[in-house]
Order: sequence, then C-alpha cells, then structure tokens
Amino acid sequence: MDMKDSSPASARRIFFSQASAGVALLALAPGVRLVDLALARAQDEPASATQRWGLLVDVDRCSSGCDACVSACDTEHGLDGNERPQTDAQWIRKVDLEDENTGRQLSLPLMCQHCEEPPCVDVCPTGASFRRADGIVLVDKHTCIGCRYCMMACPYKARSFIHEDLTGQKTHAPRGKGTVESCTLCVHRVDRDELPACVEACTDAGHEALVFGDINDRNDPLATQLAEVPSHELRADLKLNTAVRYRGL
Amino acid sequence: MIWSGLIEHWFKRRSRAMWTVVITVGLLGGVGLTGAFAEVSQPLFPSARGEQCVEPVDVMRRDHFEFLKHQRDKTVHKGIRTPRHSLVGCIDCHADKDTQGRFVPVNAKGQFCQSCHAYAAVKIDCFSCHAARPTERVSQSP
Amino acid sequence: MKIAYFQSVSSSRGYWLISAIAGAVTLAGLIGAHHMENAGHWVTGMSNQVVWGVPHVFAIFLIVAASGALNTASIASVFGRDDYKPLARLSALLAIALLCGGLAVLVLDLGRPDRLIVAMTHYNFKSIFAWNIFLYIGFMFIVGIYLWMMFEPRMNRFTAQVGIAAFTWRLVLTTGTGSIFGFLVAREAFDSAVMAPLFVVMSLSFGTALTLLIGMLIFWINGATMDPALVQKLRRLLGFFVIGVAYLVAVDHLTRLYVTGHHQLEQFILLEGGTYTFLFWGVQILLGTVVPAILLLLPRFGQHRYLIAAALLVVVGALAQVYVLIIGGQVFPLELFPGYAVTSTFYDGVIADYTPSLAELALGMGGLGLAVLVTLIGVRILPFVPVQMVGENQD
Repeated sequence: MDMKDSSPASARRIFFSQASAGVALLALAPGVRLVDLALARAQDEPASATQRWGLLVDVDRCSSGCDACVSACDTEHGLDGNERPQTDAQWIRKVDLEDENTGRQLSLPLMCQHCEEPPCVDVCPTGASFRRADGIVLVDKHTCIGCRYCMMACPYKARSFIHEDLTGQKTHAPRGKGTVESCTLCVHRVDRDELPACVEACTDAGHEALVFGDINDRNDPLATQLAEVPSHELRADLKLNTAVRYRGL
Repeated sequence: MIWSGLIEHWFKRRSRAMWTVVITVGLLGGVGLTGAFAEVSQPLFPSARGEQCVEPVDVMRRDHFEFLKHQRDKTVHKGIRTPRHSLVGCIDCHADKDTQGRFVPVNAKGQFCQSCHAYAAVKIDCFSCHAARPTERVSQSP
Repeated sequence: MKIAYFQSVSSSRGYWLISAIAGAVTLAGLIGAHHMENAGHWVTGMSNQVVWGVPHVFAIFLIVAASGALNTASIASVFGRDDYKPLARLSALLAIALLCGGLAVLVLDLGRPDRLIVAMTHYNFKSIFAWNIFLYIGFMFIVGIYLWMMFEPRMNRFTAQVGIAAFTWRLVLTTGTGSIFGFLVAREAFDSAVMAPLFVVMSLSFGTALTLLIGMLIFWINGATMDPALVQKLRRLLGFFVIGVAYLVAVDHLTRLYVTGHHQLEQFILLEGGTYTFLFWGVQILLGTVVPAILLLLPRFGQHRYLIAAALLVVVGALAQVYVLIIGGQVFPLELFPGYAVTSTFYDGVIADYTPSLAELALGMGGLGLAVLVTLIGVRILPFVPVQMVGENQD
C-alpha cells in the first residue's frame, strides 16, 4: 500500500523537519523547504540520475559534546551493539580533531561519503556494493558474500561487518550476520520524501549542522548553499566526487 | 564394457550381494506401492488477515519466491517500493498474534512461513536479516 | 639420453603417519571455520579495523606459493631444461594442491560461505577479485591439462605449448593477486604498482621453498632421496629468488620513505610498530632473507640439513612478510584529516589492535594441511614421483 497519493500531477513534495517546536520556518534554515519539487518521484518509479542526494556538514555548528546524529542513526536502524566496540557496527561516528599546529579543536560526523566513483563498488566481486542512480551507495545484502574487500577499499573506513547473529531487526533496515553495511543516507526515508534520521536529529538538537538535499536541483537549499559557500570533500586528492561535503574544515 | 560385464554377471554368476539388492528394492517398492509412506500431515498455520492474498493461492504456492526475488532486486537496486510483492507486505498480513496481542515471528514453529518450509524441507534465508514481525504500526491492506 | 621414470608412492608407515598428521591439521581447520561461521566473526581477532587476518595471511601465502610451485615444471617445459623434468609432474601437483588449500581458507573465512554459488554466478568485472576467481579456477584447469600432457605419452609433444600457456596464466594470476592490494587507493601500505611484480617474485621464492620441503618429505616417505644435482640447482635458484624478493621489498620501502607524506607509515613499520617492526626486521629480513641466502648460496653450507633449515626459514619469513603486509597495512590508521590529531569511537587516528585467535590459526594451518593431504593422495594414486634417472651424463 502506498503511504500517500502518488499521482505525479498533484505530487507536492514538501520537506519538513519534524521539529516539535512547530515554529514556522520560513527562512532558509537547513532541512526545511516549502518549495514543491516537481521532479520528485513516485514510489513505484525507479530512482533516476535526475536527482543526486547529498549532505553538507557545517563543522562550525557541530558541537563536540553532542552525538545526536549517532544516536538517531543507531535507533533508526537498530544498531544496538554488543558492547564490543571493535566489532560493533557504526554507520556514523563523531570524530574529534585537534589541529597539530594551532591547537584548534573541532568535531564532525563521518559516514559513508556516497562517492560518485566509489572504490567499494569497484572492488566488490559480486557487484553487491553498488551505487543507485540517484547517488546513494548501498550494499545489496542478498548478494554480499562477506569478503570484506570493500572495507579494505573504502578510504573513509565507512563500512562495518556484522560479526554475530542478530535478532529484532527493524523492518526497514534488514541486516544480518556475515554481510557488510554502511550508511544508506536513510534511503528508506528518502524514498518517502523524509529526511535522514541524523539530519532531523541535528536540527532537533538545535545545531542544524547537517543539510540534506538534491545537489542536482538548483532550487534546493543544499545546492544553493554549496554554490554560495566554500566546502570541500574529504581526501579530495582521490577525486571520488563525494556527495558529502564539509564546510569549515 | 561395463554394462556387458554387469549383464554377464547377472546371468552367469548370481551372487548373494546381487540377490540382497534385488530383494531390498523389491520390498521397498512394494511397501511404497501400498502407500505406507503417503500419510504425512499437511502444514497447518494460522490464517492471514485480509480478504485474499495479492495473487491466487496456486500461483503463490508455485511462484512466491520468484515474486520475492524479483521484487527485492527492484527495491534494492532501483528503489521501487510497491508493496504488492514485498516481503514486508507478506509479513503484515501473515503474521499472527499471540494471546497477549503481540506479533509472533513468521518463522517461528507452526507459523506461516516455517510450517510449509519444514514440510517441503526447504531452508529459507530471509529472516537472518529481515524482521520476522511487522512493525507495531500495521499498514493498511491494499 | 636421459629418461625419467615415475612411480606412485607405495603405502608405508611413514605415509600413513604424515597423512594422519595432515588430516588432523585439516580437521582442526574445519572445526575452526565451523566455529567462526556459527558464532560469527566476533570470536576471531578480526574486527571492523582489521578485516583480513591470519586466515588471509595463510591463504595469500598458499595461493602465491601455488603459482610459484609450478616454476620447476615451467623451467622444464618453457625453458627447455630437461634436467628439471623429473620434478615437473610433482611440481604441477603441488601447484594444484597449494591452490586448493589457499582457496579453501579464503572461502571458509567468508561471512557467507554458503553464498559461494552467488560468487560464481554474479561478477563485477571491474573487481580484481572477480578476475582472480576466474584466474584461480582456470589455473587448476590449465595445470590439469598440463599434467595430462605430461602423463600421456601420446600427448608429450604438446607439453611445451601447454607449459607456456600455464606459465603465462601463472604470471597473470600472481599479478592479479598482487593487484588485490596494489589497486587499493585507500591504504598507504598497499597502493603501489610494485605489488604485482613483488608478488611474482614472492611466488618464485615461496613456491620453490615449498617444492623443496614437500618434495623432500615425499621422497623420504618413499624411502628415497631427490637427485642431488637437481636439488643443488633448486637450492641456488631459491637463494636468488630470496634476494629478488628482498630487492623489491627494498624498492617499495625506499620509495615510500622518500615521500614525506608516507613517513609516518614507514616509521611505524620500520621503527615503532612493536610486533610489526620485530616481524619485519627480525623474521622477514633476518631469518627469512639474510640467513637463508647465506645458507643457500655459500658453498660452506652445502649439507642437506642447511637446505632444510633454509627452506623452513624462507617459509617462516614468508608468513611474516605477508603478515606485516596485510595486517600491518590495516592497523595503520587512514589519514583523512592531514595536520590534525584524530580521535573517535571508531578507532580513527589510532593504531588498531589485532590478536589472532585460535580459530583463525587453525583455519590457516588447515589450508596448509589440506594442501599436503591433496598432494599425498595424488602421489599415491598416480605416478608423480621420479625414480633415479637412467642413462649417462648426470650434470
């Protein structure tokens, strides 16, 4: 059953942050759009390259004591962990940095960068690691044989391997022993025109350091911010053209 | 070469081993013909919610894995999320509730998936990853 | 004219003893693999930081050695050296057996070994791993045909051509295996074009060492000794191969040392890496290169026992080399933020921990056990082992 009316003619896709504050957010606050997205797709249409989902991390707004994004991701996907941090899965983590020369300290979240030329996709022997047409890099866990070569290949150490039997998985986040996984940009939410859990949580926590949107849509706030303010990708020398960009590094 | 040797063996040097094989096969065949092996209980499982399944029963029995397999490729690779052949859709209707009103996993003993699969002796791999219970907020039938 | 005669190994107490040992080691490996698969990989020392551990060290060692084990046969068929012919059949058998052992370890360590059929039917041809699957299976076929050419007198005239095909295939296979690491842009320790040729020379070294060791073992079971002239030649070859490996290792490290950006990695491996530094200098270089080179090449150490010691040291050094390469390369953190000190909950910015577990060691050794077992079965069934050569003019 469809969750909403899917006829394209009347498709009015509105991005809301689920801020319980309910304040009318008419300004260009991150994560909020009161603009129709004429190019939005229905649930029974395939994802297409017309859209390219991206994320902008504003490092200046990211607070070093806060891990709202990490908790939200863990809750959303059922990443309970087994108190074994070396083998427990982490799809997003907070990284604390200190400049070796100046002593300046910063904090930022790090997750799968959803590269346009992902090394993990190149090396996967079965093609389980793949890039969807709209830019989200995923693992098809039906085909994954658990060789972990993609984990070796990822320049960002973004992937996790599931080291034990799991129970009580979330319906929208199937995961099981012996396969590899990583941040999916909350693809199940994005396909319902919602925001990724980390973006919502960051806004709810009042930091608004994460902006999600469609890089290809010039009217999208993410695209406008990327066009106006400098940002860069991690390990830019590898020329992977990541969808996740950082501002303030 | 081998066959002519066997035939020669049969006609000229009938051995005890050969007779043992013949009698055993004959006994088994005879017993089989009486239908002694025919009585295996059919799988029993709780009935599903809703009026009817998304496909006719005989089509589902034959092809449900094909539907699931193609649907999963469409969903994972292309993001097509129609519920008609989705595993989540199956579980929504076919999951039973226990006496306390909580959902029972569909791969638990005596439940929908498990009972037929135990009968047919086909191991399924779905629930090492997929949730075997619907989310508590059950979606509407199509 | 020299004619080599071959025989199969007859049943003896020594044969059953070695078979029992190899069988027990293989069984231990299977038990280890079963434990890993049942409980999940958390029971091993491997983690999200060090994703390939001791099983992969053994698997890569065995696969690389398998390619090199064919070298003796190649010298006979491709380079026309008839004096190596007596060992050609055994060399080809060893190649197949070692590859079986290596692949078994690799497959049993997979997160989903039950999905082997998926791996054989779904291919991403940009992946060097996918190509390697073809190269490994194809290698077994080609060496099988090569053996057929060698065994069947009517096909002997094709041995050279198939030998050339097998030789070429072997070089491509070893290049592919080295490129598994060489193609990884993400990791400083691997991303290098020298990986492919390094692996080729490693294969020559590891393969010749194992050919000598397992070959001498089989001769001992059969109550015979290998032709001393041939052993002497293989001995010198091994000495040069060991030096060849050291040369490429030196080039690899010296190049990285020249680049300022890689200084921290080199400092870790060569100076401050604790276990890894010890394994590099103490085991790989000293025990695995310098000592064997001396024992193999200097005439003063011509006795048989020095050869056995040298070959064993080469194997130990080989395992240390692969360990430092694969595991040392993973424990060193990725550099995502140059100029910053990094901490996180996901072990960014720190040297990762890795302690091999018993299950992993058992699985790795099980691969070696399987290789020896396959060889023993082979030499019993078919005439692989040469008897003393008939005719004059022994070189």
